[in-house]
Amino acid sequence: MPYALCVVKVEVMALLEIENIHTYYGHIHALKGVSFDVNRGEIVTLIGANGAGKSTMLKTTSGLLRPRQGSIRLEGEDLTRYRPHEVVAKGVVQVPEGRRIFGRLTVKENLEMGAFTINDQRLVESNLERVFNLFPRLRERQKQVGGTLSGGEQQMLATGRALMANPSVLLMDEPSMGLAPVLVDIIFDTIRQLHADGTTILLVEQNARMALQVASRGYVLQTGAILLSDNAENLRRNEMVRKAYLGES
Amino acid sequence: MKQAIKIGLIGGVVEILLSLIGMVEAFSQRDIIAHVISMGHTLLIIVALFMGYLAAKRTPGKGSLWVLANSFLSGLIVGGLVSLLVIVGSLIDLRKVFVNAMPVLYELLTFKQGTQIGVFLLLGAGALSGVLAGLFFLSPKLLRRVLLISLGSVVGAGVLQDLLRPTFSLWGPLAIINEWLFTANGLTIQGAIGLFVLIAALLLFWSRKGSVIQTGFRQLPPAPQRILKMSGILILVFILLILPQVLGLFLSEVFTIVGLYVLLGLGLNIVVGYAGLLDLGYVAFFAIGSYTTAVLTSPELGFFSLSFWEALPFVIVMGVFSGVLLGTPVLKMRGDYLAIATLGFGEIIRILVLSDFLRPWLGGAQGIGKIPKASIAGFEFAGPQQIYYLILAGCLLVIFISLRLRDSRLGRAWMAMREDEDVAQAMGINLVATKLLAFATGAGFSALSGAIFATKLSSVYPHSFNVMISINIVCVIIVGGMGSIPGVIVGAAALVGLPELLREFAEYRLFVYGAALVAMMLLRPEGLWPEAVHRREFHEEEEKEAESKSSLELKSG
Repeated sequence: MPYALCVVKVEVMALLEIENIHTYYGHIHALKGVSFDVNRGEIVTLIGANGAGKSTMLKTTSGLLRPRQGSIRLEGEDLTRYRPHEVVAKGVVQVPEGRRIFGRLTVKENLEMGAFTINDQRLVESNLERVFNLFPRLRERQKQVGGTLSGGEQQMLATGRALMANPSVLLMDEPSMGLAPVLVDIIFDTIRQLHADGTTILLVEQNARMALQVASRGYVLQTGAILLSDNAENLRRNEMVRKAYLGES
Repeated sequence: MKQAIKIGLIGGVVEILLSLIGMVEAFSQRDIIAHVISMGHTLLIIVALFMGYLAAKRTPGKGSLWVLANSFLSGLIVGGLVSLLVIVGSLIDLRKVFVNAMPVLYELLTFKQGTQIGVFLLLGAGALSGVLAGLFFLSPKLLRRVLLISLGSVVGAGVLQDLLRPTFSLWGPLAIINEWLFTANGLTIQGAIGLFVLIAALLLFWSRKGSVIQTGFRQLPPAPQRILKMSGILILVFILLILPQVLGLFLSEVFTIVGLYVLLGLGLNIVVGYAGLLDLGYVAFFAIGSYTTAVLTSPELGFFSLSFWEALPFVIVMGVFSGVLLGTPVLKMRGDYLAIATLGFGEIIRILVLSDFLRPWLGGAQGIGKIPKASIAGFEFAGPQQIYYLILAGCLLVIFISLRLRDSRLGRAWMAMREDEDVAQAMGINLVATKLLAFATGAGFSALSGAIFATKLSSVYPHSFNVMISINIVCVIIVGGMGSIPGVIVGAAALVGLPELLREFAEYRLFVYGAALVAMMLLRPEGLWPEAVHRREFHEEEEKEAESKSSLELKSG
């Protein structure tokens, strides 16, 4: 009976596994052994105050910063040895903080630039169609210059641009930053929609209230280390989180 | 009103300056229209007109009377300040400070009528110019265009008469036009009027029928459309081919110099215009190209004594290699820092070729001579009329490569990098490779240009490769329009060609050059022939209506 010898690993591997990451800025120890994971189809949020290391964690994941220790695995493959552009090709794509769209290019050109790693023209077309369906506003304005869009539309464009690369994990860095409350609602609606579409998202947000509403799980980061981790529901109820990050008393 | 006074004062000061530095006087040697108006007076009138126009434009309310009053006032002030100069000059001898404040100048300024009548004439002329400019501002757009271009053509023909006259006289049938149009100094009156009417008529015809012709052309079936386009290109090629025979020696020489700058500009355009890396040491690659050619071909050194064509591949490879060499240490630098670092690189190369240490190989301050001319099947590219073809071929090749690169995957990567380096990286663009490829391509073009330069002069000297060349090339692409290929050609023609043609006024060359650059940046910062992306930035409102075409079809590659 040869089959009896096979040992089946029952534990499901997470899509993105971050293990014991230490990142330095020069001498400053910015991340002190951060570990967490993101499962397929999940929204995971990192919340924390200014300087807690949220953006540093995202930059380390996307390869812009190199950790001194630890591993970041996508479907088991270590990403820390890749350079940023290779990480994108592997499927980890970042929506940069502050949107950073190409202000002088048109909406369509911006989106096409997002599909830089994809060589199949038909795939680019279908991705474009998908983004336009997700953000009908962008279809209307596809010939408009990026810099003339409103803040909310620019965030949609930045998100759409990242989606053009067929990400298996989307890293979102402060999508609500600098937007009016109405627009923040719209942005979080689209995040929910992305989630419904099956996109895996790692969301870094200062607006913890909104982030915990869309996320399934959350990690609280403080001075470079994970302080708390739980599902979003529990975090929302947690006394400490409510006081420190949700502004309740 | 305040604005008008301010503008008038500025205009007056400009005119006084132009007079005192001797520009008006020097320009008066040449007549635009014989015995009617000289270049010096034209210069003064243009300043007065421009100030009047500016005053009219800045008038707050748009009532025509107010506009006219303002332009009249500014013109009057311009005239007034110049008369002030005349009066002061007649009382005190200004020559101790301003050597050019000679009686001849005052005669010119007062139209040879003596101080008292002259002052009134000046005031009148200023005011008249102002009012004319005001009327010009108020007239309909079409009329303004026609007037501006027609008058511009007449002045242009007058300024470039030395260029047009000998060219026309080379050809029998044109010689008659020559007789009719030009005197020994300046246009004839009938010639000027004729030219004005001709250009105006052409413009009016085009404004009436132009759109009809254009839509007619678009409605043609594709086959004849292509034939028409092809024949247009063929005519252009034919003109380019016979140009040196028609133009004669001096103009061919000017064309070769412009051509070399076009080559250099197209190379730097890749680095600065496409990839957004400000390189101020670009002359280094030009020098490397020239010196590699010299070392490989010159029998004076006797190392290799290859022919030009045998040496050329090595020269290009050397250029590309040095591009990568410069690129590697400055990969992490951006903007101003990059500019300074590259500036240093340019100087290092110049000092190296000048050094005594490398003298046995590179000739030191004496340079390297006896570089052979290039030749194909017995046709030797000896003088400017032949070298022209070599440069033309080089330009066409480089234009072709530039166009293909722009629309390629690499071109898109350059564009993304130019717009935002960090985001480009986040889009999956390999910054290291993309940057190095930009430096290498630009350096390769520059080395090609250097090779042609070396065989053109038959010798190379260190002092040909100073930092001004780098600055000039940067100016060419900024004035032409960053990232735009036709812009490079227009920019080189304007910044390199025109000064060559106006050699007699060489003293004022740098002055005019500087003033032109400042004026350009104020009036047309996007360049003379801007690329689509840059035009958008500066003229967003106009572009919104015009359908912006998405020229960026994603290429798989």
